[in-house]
Amino acid sequence: MDFPMFHLDWLNNRMLIAGIATLHVIINHGLAVGFIPFVTWLEQKGIRKSSKNQITDLKWDQMVYKMMKVAFIITTTIGALTGVGIWFSASLISPTSIGSLIRVFYWAWFTEWLVFVTEVVLIMIYFLTWKNSNSSLKAKIRHIRFGWFLSLASWITMVIIVAILGFMMDPGNWTNNPNLINGFTNPLYLPQLFFRTPMAMLMAGVFGLFLITLFAKKEHEIRHYAIRAASKWIIFWSPFTLLGAYIYYKAIPEGMTANMSTAVGTIDFAQYYNLLKYIIIGGISLAVVIATVGVIRARIVRAYMVVVPVLFVFAFLGFFERVREFVRKPYVIGQYMYSNLLLEEDYPVYQKEGVLKHATYTSVSEITQENKVQAGEEVFMLACSRCHTGQGVNSVVDVFERMMGTKDTLNVNTMKAYMPNMHTGRNYMPPFPGNEAEAEALAVFIRYLQDTRATIEGAQTKGVDINPNYSVEALIKKQQN
Amino acid sequence: MIAMNSFWLTLSTSVPVPKDLPLPLPLPEWLLILILVVSFLAHLVFVNLMLGGTLLSLWAQIRGLKDKKFDGLAKEIAATITVNKSIAVVLGVAPLLSINVLYTLYFYSANALTGLVWIAVIPLVAIAFLLTYLHKYTWKLFEKNKAVHISILAVATAILLFIPFIFLTNINLMLFPEKWGVIKGFLSAMTLPNVFPRYFHFIFASIAVTGLFLFWYMSRKSYPFEQVLPGFERYQIQKMGYSLALIASIGQMLIGPIVLFTLPSKGISWTLILVIFFGVALALPAMWMMWKGLQAPKQEIGKNFYKVVMLMSITVIFMGSGRQIYRANALEPHQKLVKLRTEEFENRKREILENKKQEELVENSKELSVADLGKKVFNQYCAACHKEKEMLIGPPVTEMGEIYINNKTALVQWIKSPGKKRENAPQMPGFPQISDDDMNKLTEYILTINNE
Repeated sequence: MDFPMFHLDWLNNRMLIAGIATLHVIINHGLAVGFIPFVTWLEQKGIRKSSKNQITDLKWDQMVYKMMKVAFIITTTIGALTGVGIWFSASLISPTSIGSLIRVFYWAWFTEWLVFVTEVVLIMIYFLTWKNSNSSLKAKIRHIRFGWFLSLASWITMVIIVAILGFMMDPGNWTNNPNLINGFTNPLYLPQLFFRTPMAMLMAGVFGLFLITLFAKKEHEIRHYAIRAASKWIIFWSPFTLLGAYIYYKAIPEGMTANMSTAVGTIDFAQYYNLLKYIIIGGISLAVVIATVGVIRARIVRAYMVVVPVLFVFAFLGFFERVREFVRKPYVIGQYMYSNLLLEEDYPVYQKEGVLKHATYTSVSEITQENKVQAGEEVFMLACSRCHTGQGVNSVVDVFERMMGTKDTLNVNTMKAYMPNMHTGRNYMPPFPGNEAEAEALAVFIRYLQDTRATIEGAQTKGVDINPNYSVEALIKKQQN
Repeated sequence: MIAMNSFWLTLSTSVPVPKDLPLPLPLPEWLLILILVVSFLAHLVFVNLMLGGTLLSLWAQIRGLKDKKFDGLAKEIAATITVNKSIAVVLGVAPLLSINVLYTLYFYSANALTGLVWIAVIPLVAIAFLLTYLHKYTWKLFEKNKAVHISILAVATAILLFIPFIFLTNINLMLFPEKWGVIKGFLSAMTLPNVFPRYFHFIFASIAVTGLFLFWYMSRKSYPFEQVLPGFERYQIQKMGYSLALIASIGQMLIGPIVLFTLPSKGISWTLILVIFFGVALALPAMWMMWKGLQAPKQEIGKNFYKVVMLMSITVIFMGSGRQIYRANALEPHQKLVKLRTEEFENRKREILENKKQEELVENSKELSVADLGKKVFNQYCAACHKEKEMLIGPPVTEMGEIYINNKTALVQWIKSPGKKRENAPQMPGFPQISDDDMNKLTEYILTINNE
């Protein structure tokens, strides 16, 4: 509405954010929050394992160092950049919502940034001083203590960010009293933290096991010892993960009910929700199975056997993020901003006078007989494009065809009549923001998309058209009258 | 009215005036600006070190093909890149947050208009970083294959040299809403005036900062110079650092005026000129001291080093402030218009809401029959798929009325858990959540519709 609309017509805009964010969360949980305590624990084992006249078991230490090196390289490259990437992609896809969130959460993010800076500095000290610390037992012990500090710093970033995530899902508070405390007191806060903490440990254990099978040579005795250690770590954290997942799973509908304008139980949510149950059980059992094999018969564990559990545990988290996103619908900020980035409180204006009339960037501000397709495209951009594409993932043509149960030509009148009421039957959809003429133009445009397979271009390639009502000239004219 | 006209004059035609987010800033504006300027400069210094370090390391490694000791120098410089780059990224978050919150409309609009290249920053930088690690950890592996090893660093350098273009293009475009309507993608935004001069200004700064860093890094008493860099004398490196810093500073003196003259006039003010002048004035003695250091006997080259760093830092603070002053000047008139537009919309909204309330009052005062109440329930749950007299997704209400005219229980049953009857319609979802009272009203509406 007030920002040029970036649009990816094949990938789908939300997928861009989701892809970057999921990758970031996986790296953050599996290779930082969970991995650093895991590595520190293993490093400490090296001292216990060594003979009296050694500082640490050097072969063992070498292996643990290599594992840390992998985590260090990935977190400081892809991990760090995908973190920034969440900001970048959100600013492109969802400028209004991320802009509003920053205006309220500036301090929270600023604090998180300070913790994050500390974390990066500590992680560099931890990794870069590793080899030097092997010079004396005192230095080694200090190094290990450092590792535990770093673990705490990583966990604190999680404590804060979960509050921010929680706040966005918490209904109502935004309009009454938007401040961060609500993020911590939100009904999903503790369940999420309860789930994410052991989940991170589990992911780290599974990924660590994978690295051990790569880095410890088969003939070395440390391999079996390491596999057994990692397996015990996995088995230790599994019940906590299961419990955390269960609590979180139970808490989701509560967050959901409150968020929905009407009652729970849309089919789509139920489907996700049911699937989630199997994914929880499947993911954790797979990890436990490989860990049990690791404890009982460490010598038969090979790298390829761990690949599937690694992927599954990572997918497990990704799926949880998907459900968490779904819970927010039809809002992007609970009870305040719909997922189309329009404010709930502005709806009466748009529904009465039209979204096009109030849009800063549109090539059509008055709909006529001749410009319906073009007007429809502009309406699509303003009201649908954040979640739907023209031809790609979750395309608007597909959803209509699926709903009608046929690939036949879509009926313009049916679609037009459907628009004003779609949110009642489909709770995850925001209400249509425009007026009747706009609903018709949109329907005509969707039909046009179906017939032509036309691709919708975003502002990043075609630029913007400025609504003549909101140019400086128009304002001058208004002032003169 | 006259005041209004004066700032319109500074804006050309077809300038979009969007409305702002209706939320206050989280902190006083001056404080946010302070955080922005300070945190940005801290970020920039490490970006300078990262880029300057890569360039220098690449140069040294190529020279090392003929003169082995330079290969060692390249390795030492390369070891600093990966640390500096991590700090550069993490320090970038605070200014990013601050510019997002202070200039939401401007920054995000520029981002969207150059979107594909803007988001490409993420994978490109990640790749460049991975390459610097690959380069750092493969000195032994590629000892016999220097061409491959140097190419890895060369690709990383090329990427890191391109990234500033993306940032500068965005930061430049956000200042000129009058250009937003004509921009088509990144390339057209990049060729707006001022992007290229600022780019070279930035490259020179990177070289100057890295020169001073090199001087400091290798002058440290704790640095085992003779072991790490055999064949070099400490003085040689110090001289190299100072020469780089001095030459790059002279370059800045040349490119600086071009940057200033290519700036569109709208943000230039006497304060800006004064601030820049002060910045330059402080750099001059620093340059003089470097020159003197280069002329002095070996032991005294570093005599004034900390003074040089101090003066240069103050110069950087002045230049950073100048940048912010220009931005504030350039956007101020437009921000006023945005404020007007935002208020206008809020007023319109209030009017419409007031009218709506009136209408609702009238509506609510009417006596409603059970069927009328049922229509409300219908609108809430059913209207997405059913219309009164026409087929929509499902059949019209009139048809339901005919089918169930004498069988209310069956209708209730169907609504709660429907089956599939019709070829031409998808299966209906169940609505067990509708309360008995609502269900009663709803069925009353459906069954009496044909009587009207």
